[in-house]
Order: sequence, then C-alpha cells, then structure tokens
Amino acid sequence: MANHTIAHDVYVPFLEKKGFLSWILTTDHKRIGILYLVSTSLFFLVAGIIALLMRFELLTPASDFVDPHTYNVLFTLHGSIMVFFFIVPGLAASFGNFLIPLMIGARDVAFPKLNIASYWIYLLGTAILLMALLKPADTGWTFYTPYSATTNTDVVLMTFGVFVLGFSSILTGLNFIVTTHKMRAPGMTWHRLPLFIWASYATAVLQLLATPVVGITLLLLITERTLGVGFFDPAKGGDPILFQNFFWFYSHPAVYIMIIPAMGVISEIIPVFSRKPIFGYKAIAYSSLGIAAISFLVWAHHMFTSGISETAAMIFSFLTFLVAIPTAIKVFNWIATLYKGSIQLHSAMLYALGFIFLFTIGGLTGVFLGALAADIHLHDTYFVVAHMHYVMIGGTVMGFFGALHFWYPKWFGKMFNETVAKIAWFFIFVGFNVTFFPQFFLGIQGMPRRYATYPAEFESLMSLSTYGSWILGFGILIMVINLISGLINGPKAPANPYNSLSLEWQIPSPPPHENFEEIPQVTDWTYGYGKKKELEV
Amino acid sequence: MAEAGIDQSHDHHMDPATEYSSSKLGMWLFLGTEILLFGGLFAAYAIFHARYPEMFYEQHLELNRTMGAINTCVLIFSSLTMAMGVSAIKWGRQKTAAILILITIICGFIFGVIKYFEYSAKFSHHIYPDTSIFFSLYFLMTGLHMIHVFIGLGILGVIFVLTLKGKFNSKYNTPIELGGLYWHLVDLIWIYLFPLLYLIG
Repeated sequence: MANHTIAHDVYVPFLEKKGFLSWILTTDHKRIGILYLVSTSLFFLVAGIIALLMRFELLTPASDFVDPHTYNVLFTLHGSIMVFFFIVPGLAASFGNFLIPLMIGARDVAFPKLNIASYWIYLLGTAILLMALLKPADTGWTFYTPYSATTNTDVVLMTFGVFVLGFSSILTGLNFIVTTHKMRAPGMTWHRLPLFIWASYATAVLQLLATPVVGITLLLLITERTLGVGFFDPAKGGDPILFQNFFWFYSHPAVYIMIIPAMGVISEIIPVFSRKPIFGYKAIAYSSLGIAAISFLVWAHHMFTSGISETAAMIFSFLTFLVAIPTAIKVFNWIATLYKGSIQLHSAMLYALGFIFLFTIGGLTGVFLGALAADIHLHDTYFVVAHMHYVMIGGTVMGFFGALHFWYPKWFGKMFNETVAKIAWFFIFVGFNVTFFPQFFLGIQGMPRRYATYPAEFESLMSLSTYGSWILGFGILIMVINLISGLINGPKAPANPYNSLSLEWQIPSPPPHENFEEIPQVTDWTYGYGKKKELEV
Repeated sequence: MAEAGIDQSHDHHMDPATEYSSSKLGMWLFLGTEILLFGGLFAAYAIFHARYPEMFYEQHLELNRTMGAINTCVLIFSSLTMAMGVSAIKWGRQKTAAILILITIICGFIFGVIKYFEYSAKFSHHIYPDTSIFFSLYFLMTGLHMIHVFIGLGILGVIFVLTLKGKFNSKYNTPIELGGLYWHLVDLIWIYLFPLLYLIG
C-alpha cells in the first residue's frame, strides 16, 4: 500500500480524479456526499414533477387529467419518493458526509468502506423501488393497513425497497455517531463543535433508534401479504391500529430526521451573514437532542381519530406541545443572533430567513393539529397537507437549498451567479406560499386530502394553489439551471468567500483529497464573529 | 500510480487504538439496532399475549419443549466457546482460537438442524405462519432469529478461515471480538425467545 507517495506540498483537489469507477468505488466522504447529493436531488426533481402533475389534475373540480386510481398512485409515489429517497437521506447523508469530517477536523468518517457500502445499499433500495413502478402502490406513503394488505398493487416490492433503504440510513447514522465521538481534532471539544454537527449527531441517533422499528413494521406488512400473517388483520385476531402505532413510532421521529439537519444548516448560515456569534449556543445544541428525545413520545398524535383511548389522546396531545419548546428555543436564538447583526442578504441567508419564517408557520400550525379538539376537525384535510409542506419544504427544503448555496463554493470550487440565485429564491418563496397557504383555508373548510376531485366551491382556492405550484416549479428550475451553469462556467471560488471561521473554510476550495494537510489544533469555537479574531482571518 | 494510493490511504487514517475503540462502539450501536428490530416483534408478542392468553397457552403446547431446551443449551455452550476463543486470541494462541471458533460454528449448525426438524414437524401437522397469531409470532420470531444465526455463521466462517491463516494475533483481533459480540447477541435473543414461546404457563 503506497500511501507515502503523496507529497504534502502538492494540492490535489478531491474532484480531480475522473471516471465512473473512481466515483462508485470511492471511500472519500466528500465524493460519497456528492453521490448522495446527485441521487437525492434527482429524486427530488422527479417527485416534484409528480407533484406538479397532481396539482394540474386539481386545477379543475372534475377528474379530467388523470383517473382517480392514477391520482392515488401519483400521491403515493410523490410521498414515498420525497420522504424515503430525498428528505431522509438528502441533508443528513449528502451534507452530513461532506461536512462532518471537515467541520470536526478529520480526514474522513470513522468507517469509509461502510460509508460507500451504505450508498450501494441506497442504490439497491432505489433499484427495488424502480421495479415496483411496474405496478406502483396506491396506498399513500404511510402504507396503512388494512388497505395496504389487500390492494392488488405491488406494495411488497415498494415496502421492501424502503426496508432496504432503512439499512443505508442506519449504517450512515452509525458511522456519523462513531465519527463524532472518535475523530474530532485535538481541542475540538463537544462545546466547540459547530451546531451542524450537533444537529447531525441528534439526527444520527434518531436514525439508529427509529429505523429498525419501521424495518420490522414493513417486514410484518410484507409477511401479511405473502405468508398470510394476521397481526394487522381483525379477521385473524389482529389489529390494524397496531400498524399505525408501529409505523408512527418510526415515522414521527423520522420527521425530525428530516428537519433537524436543516436546523443545523440555519445555525451555521445565520451567524456568518450576521457577523455575530451565535446566540445561545448550548441551548441550540441541546435542544436538538431534546427534540430527538421527545420525538419518540408523540407518535400517537397521528392517530387521534383512529380510535385510541381518551387518556392516551390527552397524554400524547400534551407531549406533542412539548416539542414546541425546544423548537421555539432554536427560533428565538436565531432571531437573537440576527438582532443588531450586520446582516448580508446572500442567497444562502435568504433561504435561512425563509426557513425561519416558513418553519414558524409550519410549527405553529402543528400545534393546532396537536390540540385534540382542533385535530378532530382538521385531521386528514388539506390543513395537514399545508402544515406538513410548510415544515418539509418551508423547513427542510429551504435548509437544503440554503446549504446548497452556502457550501457550493467549498464543495465544487466554483461560484454561481448570485443575482440569479436571488431571483430564483424570490420565485420559490412566493410560489411556495401561493401553493400552500390557500390549503390551510381549504382544510379548515373541510376539504379532505388525497382526492382527485373536489366540490366546485373549492375551485378558486384549488386553482390558486395550482398556479402557485407553477411559480414554485419555475423558481426551482431557475435555481437548478443557475447552479449547473455555475459548475460549467462559474468563476473559481476563493477558499473562504464569506470570511467564515469554521474549519471547512480554512482549507482550499474544493478541499484536497486528505482534507487537512495537518490535523488542526482547535483553540476556540467557530462562532467568534465580530470579535478581534475576525480581523486575523 | 499515485492516485491509486490516494484512495487507499482513506481506509487507514486512524491509529490502532482509536480504530479498535471506534469499531467496538460501532458494533455496540449496531447491536442496539438489532434489538430494536426484534423489539417490534417483542412488542407484538406482548400485545397479543395480553389479548389472547388462553390461545397462547393452548397453542404453545404444540411446541417441542425438549428440542427447544436442547437448542438453548447448544447456543449457550456456543457462546461460551466463542468467549473462550476471544480470550485465546488475546493471549496469542491462534490454533486454540481457531478450534474454539470452529466448535462455535458446529454448535450453530446443530442449532439449525434441530430447528429444521422442529419446523418440519410443524409443517407436517399443517401448522404454518398463517395458522394463528401465536404461530405467526412463533415462525416470525424464530425465523428472523434463524436468519441471524445464518448471518452469524457466515461471519464466523470468514473469521475462522482468517484465524487459520494467522491474520489475527494478541495485538490485532478486532474482527474476532466483533464477530463474538454478534454471536452473543444471537444467543441472547434466543434466551428470550425460548421462555416466551416454549414455556408459557
């Protein structure tokens, strides 16, 4: 093994090596990050196009573009692909892979081979999903029994694909936990860690604890369909509600697997573009773990109308309100960081501010849904759809786009067109609100989700929502074109375009293969903005 | 080629002590996820046992307690030989370690053979996973456990060959220790399955 051949004074960017095999066989965390970034982004675009098709059907009350069964298939695909193939691995695996070793001052993750193996497992999961497309499921992404046990679509392959993906998620989380424990540079104490690392750590814990449970749940569903097991079938003495309990025991924590990394991203972007130290560092750090802990105790708030006992419903409603506390702690600390800061409206900062605004709406409407009396009325209406999209797009996707714009120069060594990026942000922000804000009203007026048709009285709000989806799609299109053209003919990026203090910005863009020529000695936290230290950078 | 060297260097970027403690931490975390995977089945067991105690009692009489008990002893014994194998390699006794790992593997096979006879007996009495909730649980829990036994045997097989080839010694033996941890988990899960399924009373 000839690893002594690299001379230390030669800078070899990690993107240097070309060829398919150099990517698919790589053990470099930065390249694996790109593999995830490209795959998850493709799935995001595919599922986004499916969403546009659904909104197109909903332009008019009648079912004139697709038939109801196709519509059921479309929302199942949209939900499953977005959740399992984009949002869960999106930020956590792509930016987690790229950033964790760079931010903690390590050369790679703890288990580089396991890391690429996790990506192969992800690919295997996607391959199985593609096979399932021959006869795609129409159950919704939640695969609720008893319908999922009886429909003649291919639920088995689809859930098996998700099961396989779960392994990828577990192994990635495991890798990140060990990396954070064992690979930190000297002096990088827990309380000096960038907040993105705290967020990734909390996410990894959730991935480890929750994913096995959805794994066994989906396996049980598969045996229900193949071996005739009856755990979820009342005719055989089983209980369909049990499936919901099992499913949400994973899938509610999974909501936080999706959102916590985005919160980490926001905590990185805001201090840099406010030129102020992050306010309430420890509160933000521990609130990530707090959210992770509480997230395991709230699953039954998805089931208030499923026939659970009144006592259980009240306890779960109360516990659900508790989640609002650590979440609000974060939001207040971000705002306190902005206060009296010298704010620069970089495109990444715009996404961060968009996150705070939209996520707050998403979070507060979540409190409505957590309240028992309100939920009985709002359950399974467009209100839930709007709430969920304010959290998932307004939160996670805004964080994802923000991260994309923020770390783009570091990752690819190129700059994108900042003006175009701001224009794209504007269309995305406006389009998103026009699409989803009307859905709150639709929900309150009683429009149920998951129908291809609707009463004529909802037409104005429904078509407004569809027009909004076109603006949103247009904005994303501009953003994608801008980022891709930046890769092709953007100017070269400097090592540290934003004068950030975090470790990943102290090395060349794109980083050399070995990240750090010498493992850095860390003496301070990464948020000392506006202090004397900044002048030295 | 220098480039070939570059990628290799990513695999060995830790000092041996960190590598050892990282691997162990990783393995323990993984074992935690395995327990959670079985946790779903244990939860289902608890719920349905509480709901249908008579059915569980009556149907568990169909299971062969003797075979279950023998299998429990076989697995506990195999855990002992595995633990001895780990100790042996830490003292640098490669041959002893290899023999002990081989005995562990043989025990695993004996377990599989006995389980095969048990399953065949059930099938010949027309008892299948869809017969009742209890037998669904029986087949799924022992079946998932059996898959883990097979995976464990595969891991131990590789470790056995590598031990024979002298890849491990008193200084470097992490794979044996990790394989041992996995095997103990397989054993531990069975120790819970046996009373839950065979000894209801």
